[in-house]
Amino acid sequence: MCSYIVEKTALVGSAKGRKGWMRIDTANVYFDHPYYSTLDHVLAIDFTNEGEGGRDRVAVELSADSARALVTRILAALASGEAAHSAPARAAADSATALA
Amino acid sequence: MSHYRGLQAETVKFRAHNGDQGEAYYARPIAAGKYPGIVVIHHLPGWDEWITEVVRKLAHRGYAAISPHLYFREGSESPDDLGARVRAAGGVADAQVIGDVAGAMAYLRAQPNAAGKIGVIGFCSGGRHTYLAACTLSGIDAAVDCWGGNVIVDNPKDLNEKRPVAPIDLTEKLNCPLLGIFGNDDTNPTADQVNRTEAVLKRLGKNYEFHRYNGAGHAFFNTWRDAYRPEQALDGWKNVFAFFQRHLTTAATNIAAE
Repeated sequence: MCSYIVEKTALVGSAKGRKGWMRIDTANVYFDHPYYSTLDHVLAIDFTNEGEGGRDRVAVELSADSARALVTRILAALASGEAAHSAPARAAADSATALA
Repeated sequence: MSHYRGLQAETVKFRAHNGDQGEAYYARPIAAGKYPGIVVIHHLPGWDEWITEVVRKLAHRGYAAISPHLYFREGSESPDDLGARVRAAGGVADAQVIGDVAGAMAYLRAQPNAAGKIGVIGFCSGGRHTYLAACTLSGIDAAVDCWGGNVIVDNPKDLNEKRPVAPIDLTEKLNCPLLGIFGNDDTNPTADQVNRTEAVLKRLGKNYEFHRYNGAGHAFFNTWRDAYRPEQALDGWKNVFAFFQRHLTTAATNIAAE
């Protein structure tokens, strides 16, 4: 049966839904029976802006395996992306130190 | 009469819990006559298209069937968005659902085609709601719980303001025949929980009939899901219709045989 279990997290970001782009401040995450997918259970994420009433959402329903794969790719993207973006700043800082 | 009866299906307004104006999907045979009524309770994800198919299926078999939208109070957006909102809020309160079911029953009774008897069928969380309704509402003549989980609540922490009582604890008040349909591979309810529910029904001398299906898990009637098991589902529906025919039809009603 449906579990009623929802993991809620506050976040800062934006998402594109049926009305275009919107700010989002919350993600509701659950593993339960889907609305749309044919799978028995899905990892679902509803991105909403509760600060504005939470009436619109951007939703995804993922298989368990693909959700786990996505988590690792998110972490990998963050690691490589943050490293790349911090590289010039680090280089500039290193250069400034050398000149001093 | 043609082998396939004509139907009329539409969304209707009905007087729900607390007098709120609710929305429901209602289907019935077109041919003049008296028909038993059936309330169809949807699952937690929401008032989806499959549940409207169930309503039409029941009408096709000669019942006036209605499925109240349990989340109508959340707004007028699509049922899936309303379902997501209700889920994030921890679901709807049992008392509100039971009030909505009572309102849907009253709607059926008020129709000129009403034969008098009323059944209730629910799926998943709606199966649990059906068990609750059968134990708390008067005027239900037959109830069908399709794989309702959390009828037995093993962890007291799962009880809360919205769901304050484990349905199993109300079994003594069950006052209509109960049909249970379960897949043995389901994880909620598990086969053990189904056995324990049956033990309580048996101990209390209730009129019940359980059917358990091998090779099936949760929601195995649902043709929109990978969980669909055609062989088990066909037999399950056969049992559902035989049960309703046995308990809801009278000499005055126009029910087609299986």
